[in-house]
Amino acid sequence: MGDYLVLAFSCVLINNILLAQYLGNCPFLGTSKKMETAVGMAFAVVFVLVMAGLITWVINTLVLVKFNLAYLRTIAFILVIASLVQFVEMFLKKSIPALYAGLGIFLPLITTNCAVMGVCLINVNEEYTFLQALVSSFAYAVGFGLALILFAGVRERILLARVPRPLQDTSIALVTAGILSLTFFAFRGWV
Amino acid sequence: MIEAVMVMLGVGATCGAALSLASKIFYVYEDPRIAEVEGLLAGANCGGCGYPGCAGAAAAVVAGGAPPGVCVVADMETAVAVAGVMGIDPGTMEPFLSLNTCDGGNRAEDRFEYMGVNTCQALSALYGGKRECRVGCLGLGDCIRSCKFDAIHMGEDGYPVADETKCVGCGACEKACPKSILTVRTMSQRLLHFNQQDNALAPCQQTCPAEIDIPTYIDCIRRGDYEGAVDTIRERNPLLLTCGRVCPHPCEDYCRRGLAEEPVSINQLKRFVADYEMNSGSRLPIPCAPDTGKKIAVVGGGPAGLTCAYFLRRLGHGVTIFDMMPKLGGMVRYGIPEYRLPKKVLEWEIEGILDLGIDHRPNVKLGADFDIQSLKDEGFDAIFLGVGAWKDYSLRAEGEDLKGCFTGIDFLTRFAVDQQSAEPARDIPIGRKCIVIGGGNTAIDCVRTLVRLGAEEVSIVYRRTRKEMPANEVEIVAAEHEGVQFHFLAAPTRIIGDDQGQATHLEYQKMELGEPDASGRRRPVPIEGSETLMETDMVITAIGQGPDVSFISENSDISSLGVTRWNTIDGDPETLQSNIPYIFAAGDAYTGASLVVEAIGGGRRAARAIHLYLAEEDVVPVPKSLRKKHIPESLFERVEGLRPSKRAVMPELPVKERIQGFEEADLVLAEKDALAEASRCLNCCRLCYNPDLQISSEQPAEESA
Ligand SMILES: Cc1cc2nc3c(=O)[nH]c(=O)nc-3n(C[C@H](O)[C@H](O)[C@H](O)COP(=O)(O)OP(=O)(O)OC[C@H]3O[C@@H](n4cnc5c(N)ncnc54)[C@H](O)[C@@H]3O)c2cc1C
Ligand code: SF4
Repeated sequence: MGDYLVLAFSCVLINNILLAQYLGNCPFLGTSKKMETAVGMAFAVVFVLVMAGLITWVINTLVLVKFNLAYLRTIAFILVIASLVQFVEMFLKKSIPALYAGLGIFLPLITTNCAVMGVCLINVNEEYTFLQALVSSFAYAVGFGLALILFAGVRERILLARVPRPLQDTSIALVTAGILSLTFFAFRGWV
Repeated sequence: MIEAVMVMLGVGATCGAALSLASKIFYVYEDPRIAEVEGLLAGANCGGCGYPGCAGAAAAVVAGGAPPGVCVVADMETAVAVAGVMGIDPGTMEPFLSLNTCDGGNRAEDRFEYMGVNTCQALSALYGGKRECRVGCLGLGDCIRSCKFDAIHMGEDGYPVADETKCVGCGACEKACPKSILTVRTMSQRLLHFNQQDNALAPCQQTCPAEIDIPTYIDCIRRGDYEGAVDTIRERNPLLLTCGRVCPHPCEDYCRRGLAEEPVSINQLKRFVADYEMNSGSRLPIPCAPDTGKKIAVVGGGPAGLTCAYFLRRLGHGVTIFDMMPKLGGMVRYGIPEYRLPKKVLEWEIEGILDLGIDHRPNVKLGADFDIQSLKDEGFDAIFLGVGAWKDYSLRAEGEDLKGCFTGIDFLTRFAVDQQSAEPARDIPIGRKCIVIGGGNTAIDCVRTLVRLGAEEVSIVYRRTRKEMPANEVEIVAAEHEGVQFHFLAAPTRIIGDDQGQATHLEYQKMELGEPDASGRRRPVPIEGSETLMETDMVITAIGQGPDVSFISENSDISSLGVTRWNTIDGDPETLQSNIPYIFAAGDAYTGASLVVEAIGGGRRAARAIHLYLAEEDVVPVPKSLRKKHIPESLFERVEGLRPSKRAVMPELPVKERIQGFEEADLVLAEKDALAEASRCLNCCRLCYNPDLQISSEQPAEESA
């Protein structure tokens, strides 16, 4: 049990997928202008990442490793994740229309989110067990959401700050992301 | 290698199979029309319509959330095709247009240096704003950036200006503006807007029965934009030449400048721009919405009927006015005399309204020449009754039918009809010593007419005191100047005649003011034994008038039409709909004898209800309606820091000259006086925010003058 907590802690904070591993930066900058969109994206990622992490783990163990085809991982995962997103979309539309409407446009956007792909690959590279893969996928997704929502909050405030003209808009966002990333480095060495 | 290919194929095939299976299992019925509509849309996926791409827009159309003309890129044909798929009427397809509805007053200087991101959004969230301007525009142009069609630019005075030809009505600027400066509405929506409790309204605009945007038109005049002023007034009132002359301007009683000195001369300014348009030699264009194919019968072509017809026509409906008199205008033509409102002027005004494409059928009387059933048979979808109040109340005194006795409306209309005929017969015998009984506009118009017709001695006999006279104050003063004698606190009891049946004396009883009644007014009570005789040879009773509703006879098809105990047509005060759903009423026929502006306000209100009724929508009251009420906070009680300035004096013809004939007595302001008068307006209640007040309360805000 303790191990899982440690794993979760390190995935959320120490190895935060956005701020420590620098994966998934396009939605990080793209959907963080408004709190509302950031929250939507965060939830959609949690949902898809858990599903994708598990399925790719299964495919990897049952198919790729068995047939000694580990080098096909990337391309196979791409295929699987893309189909999965489609599948999830259909499933939600039918069974949980409310959730479908809530996640809306963010669901299809995830197909191109490298954080998802990254976590799936990490799970496999680290040779996690199924349960470990579950925890890590979930924790990475929460980490993603945490960073995104924090960042969106900061960006909304920045609108009100006195920012020198050359630094306005995207450049100040990148500077802020850097500082945010530095603060996450403070967790380094805890585990 | 083969293995790898096999596995990839396997994974791919499995994914594909799973997906196609899933699409069967999780199949959600989707209206096939969505795909069909999507096929018709432009396919640019530009998002200009405000929906996520063409698919989103198509879904919204099918769900009924968006009109067939949703696509901002496609043309009219597409909209018609989409409407075809949906099996609906494409409607009038009136375009949505963005308009800067702020009044463009003077912008004050920037109050402090702001270094944040230059967006209105940020500025408004932080301080409410940077500058203190009259309307609250922040001027940083979020609207300009939000417009995908490059239709907005910053005007010279620092306010955004929307270019009508480029605007597609997507509504992006309205969403972007944190101050609601830009609004995207169709013309119809603008024309049918009524004062609402949460609007930023000056006290004068709240008081005006026609709800004219007074500060805006005054500001237009101040800037020399007379045409803008005319257009602003026309959005609420099509009879500006008439109102500019005869309106008793209740708005001026509420003018805040009036708290410190004299109120702004709002109505003279209206007359100034109205005359400007007429004398300019050309008419300003009045746009109308595309035809809807609906037909409305307007019965009665007085101010109420003309206004209702004007707005319905501008909303795209077909209108026919039926009137029992040969010409339109109602009481304004046949009651108000020539010297107050020259017929030439009225003619020009009415012509402009009929030119919009309104039919006029003269000399037909409801109840005699046609009835409601015949209108329905002719295919009219709704009927508006604006038949006015043409029936004189009788004095109920002995001797009323002696020779030389007249009633007010009867006298005025008979005289007016004769005066306007090609060869005036002048067959109404005018007495030497004339007495007019009553204290309203009708009475005053009678005496002033008599003075002009050469009567030697003209008197008014009124039951109460001068203070209670309902006539317009300026009229009373003018009558005094013209030598009319006033007998107050005198109640006529009978008219005495000689053996030829000719009236010779009026007997009246003197009155005194009694104890105040429940309403606080001191009622006049007769003094016993105070009967007095006055010599006379002509008596006109003008003690009030009510609607003639004899057309609702027992056996007619509208015998169930509700009528109040004052003989006015009954209806909902907000919608003016009667108990017969397709019949609407306004003006004097609904309110009882009242004012021209009141009839105009009613006519527009009825037009709104008829428009809703024709669109088969619920005929509901205006949401958050402010009808006849004031926003209490807006009636501020102190006006400070004013530089005193005199109210413009109305130019008049000298008394000697004017009583010789029916020449117009009141004249129009000179341009320089109008400009000076316009700059007296305080533009009340339009200041949205005051940064100094919000940031530190040390420095009290000064009234921006
Ligand atoms: C002498 C006088 C002076 C006034 N002075 C002023 C003033 O200075 N300022 C001011 O604001 N107001 C003034 N008023 C009031 C103002 O004129 C009226 O309030 C206003 O005209 C009402 O408009 P309306 O459209 O309701 O009715 P009206 O103007 O009375 O119009 C009714 C129309 O219906 C037609 N009609 C009537 N019955 C029938 C029927 N059965 N079939 C077909 N057609 C019919 C009539 O021919 C007429 O055209 C004055 C009124 C009078 C009488
Ligand atoms: S000062 Fe101007 S805005 Fe204020 S009440 Fe008078 S006319 Fe209206």
